[in-house]
Amino acid sequence: MSLLEIKNLHAKVENHEILKGIDLTVNPGEVHSIMGPNGSGKSTLAQVLARRENYEVTAGEVLYNGKDLLSLKPEEAAAEGIFMAFQYPVEIPGISNVYFLRSALNALRKYRGLEEMDAMDFLPMFREKLKLLEMDEKLMNRSVNEGFSGGEKKRNEILQMAVLEPKLAILDETDSGLDIDALKIVAKGVNSLRSPDRAMIVVTHYQRLLNYIVPDFVHVLMNGRIVRSGGPELALELEEKGYVDAERQAQLA
Amino acid sequence: MSTNVNMIRDLAEREYKWGFVTDIEEERVPKGLNEDIIRLISAKKHEPEFMLEWRLKAYRHWASLQKAQAEPKWANVKFGPINYQDITYYSAPKRKPSLKNLDEVDPEILRTYEKLGIPLAEQQLLAGVAVDAVFDSVSVATTFKAKLAEAGVIFCSFSEAVQNHPELVQKYLGSVVPYTDNFFATLNAAVFTDGSFVYVPKGVRCPMELSTYFRINAAETGQFERTLIVADEGAYVSYLEGCTAPIRDENQLHAAVVELIALDNAQIKYSTVQNWYPGDKEGKGGIYNFVTKRGKCAGVNSKISWTQVETGSAITWKYPSCILQGDNSVGEFYSVALTNNYQQADTGTKMIHIGKNSRSTVVSKGISAGHGQNTYRGLIKIMKGATGARNYTQCDSLLIGDKCGAHTFPYIEVRNSTARMEHEASTSRIGEDQLFYLRQRGLKAEDAVSMIVNGFCKRVFRELPMEFAVEAQKLLSVSLEGSVG
Repeated sequence: MSLLEIKNLHAKVENHEILKGIDLTVNPGEVHSIMGPNGSGKSTLAQVLARRENYEVTAGEVLYNGKDLLSLKPEEAAAEGIFMAFQYPVEIPGISNVYFLRSALNALRKYRGLEEMDAMDFLPMFREKLKLLEMDEKLMNRSVNEGFSGGEKKRNEILQMAVLEPKLAILDETDSGLDIDALKIVAKGVNSLRSPDRAMIVVTHYQRLLNYIVPDFVHVLMNGRIVRSGGPELALELEEKGYVDAERQAQLA
Repeated sequence: MSTNVNMIRDLAEREYKWGFVTDIEEERVPKGLNEDIIRLISAKKHEPEFMLEWRLKAYRHWASLQKAQAEPKWANVKFGPINYQDITYYSAPKRKPSLKNLDEVDPEILRTYEKLGIPLAEQQLLAGVAVDAVFDSVSVATTFKAKLAEAGVIFCSFSEAVQNHPELVQKYLGSVVPYTDNFFATLNAAVFTDGSFVYVPKGVRCPMELSTYFRINAAETGQFERTLIVADEGAYVSYLEGCTAPIRDENQLHAAVVELIALDNAQIKYSTVQNWYPGDKEGKGGIYNFVTKRGKCAGVNSKISWTQVETGSAITWKYPSCILQGDNSVGEFYSVALTNNYQQADTGTKMIHIGKNSRSTVVSKGISAGHGQNTYRGLIKIMKGATGARNYTQCDSLLIGDKCGAHTFPYIEVRNSTARMEHEASTSRIGEDQLFYLRQRGLKAEDAVSMIVNGFCKRVFRELPMEFAVEAQKLLSVSLEGSVG
């Protein structure tokens, strides 16, 4: 059974139709990249999958592990194993990173009928993950994302992913605002989390990220529809010829 | 979006959990206020002459204020006229409260305290907290007296203090909040029936946290308690005050006065968790919490620190303040005020710098949800002689939903050019994006809201004694749970 099956998905926000019939199937272990120009609907797709409530689904269905994903609340989707790395991570003043992440992990564990993890078990695991992302231990006790640089925020997203160990990770423009060194660290973190039972959807505007996180499939999203799909070579072609050409190709085909 | 709003509404509609009424016989005086009632109250309490005179002076002053319709009108709150003749000014449990130990307390009353989560017996054994419990107007039980007496600390009901330590009462009563101070303080001076009294002698560090739980039980009784705390030279005391009240449809007036006096090198820490009944979700009923709290740092190097968590009451009108008279004295005010549904709060502080190098810190966190209106009002006044005075003020507002309001009125008056003043302010809103972020990580919406609010209040909670901080966090979650648009 596939992990995620999107069929003819239509969604709008404030009477603006953004997704106009998306079909996509993702199997465990696969990394799919969604590419497209600004305003094509990439982020909307990511957020609909993470169950953000200001998007209205007008048609189609999404099966996740065979379940109707669209009937889940965001926290239920999270507990079912969906994680989204945010394009713009928010700040939570006064709440430390370590407290926040342990609360989140325990909320997920509770939903799954597992015992809560106490600080003694949590901290060593957390430190391991910090090392993976080459993050300073001092960040543990700082407030969530407060005063973090753009790069630190993005690394923090991947750190959270490493701790929460999702089945489906959606990376929304994780490369935006990263310099090349930070990009490499983030990519290293992401790659280390690739596994046969975890799938990823990497949403990006540029091909650059895909040099470091090499996807199994690349899809081009234009004007609310997937207009082309292919292997990693499609990303290179886009880089060379641009999205306009991709659209023309799609129309010819 | 709309699901979010609905969910928030559901959460906000959580009921007040402390709204039970205790069924005990009471002794009351007739409704209304006149000189005879004042005399009756004073007689019932076997007060010395000076007390009666003070009450009568206060009453006469209040009557003239009332004639001039001098109820304070400047606060940013709205309420209908209060009929002061329709209030019962004295109500006490009928059995005589001359109790030797807890076993003699009416079991009904003890059960009430258990519902409040403060079983006296247990506290006596475990917590090491001495509790002076004020049930309506008369203190029913005072614990730990012996241990405190050993240290020389006087901790008793105000009535007892009047009987046993009249010289201290006479010396300090009204020395910080005179009976002419303001309409409600004047009313309190005339009719107050009980409260707490603390005296910590020279050089003594009070061996435990002192705590009073106030509770308004009888319908239509105003509670007018009065607290007086004196820390003599080099003394230290930490005092905790918690409040709840049962659900009534009518509004109840609560006009308390708290006076603190810190002499040379003395320190007083006063913490409040106020959870009076806030009214129902349409804004019906609830306590009018019109309270005057003021401390005087009379001595050099003295320090008074107010920490308050205000989640209850239909209307809160209070400004715990410090008169920084001593050189190098320190005043602090840490506040969390939450308004939900139709609650209104106009709260803040006054820091009056008189002494040289006096310092003050003000940290105010206002949270508005539902149709709540939250106002910070603060005055920082640097007098001419206060050379080297310093103030730091931080004033933050958090809005939840789009029907509430946050207002700030900071007043600064500086008459000495060496003063250093800092004022920081912010207004933010729990946004859909913040909530979604936390929910995407697996937290339920109500836990997400509560986490954001607790983070917002952290700076203030840090100032609370441990057990109070935990209670305050829980209270905040319960009072809030919900809200966001």
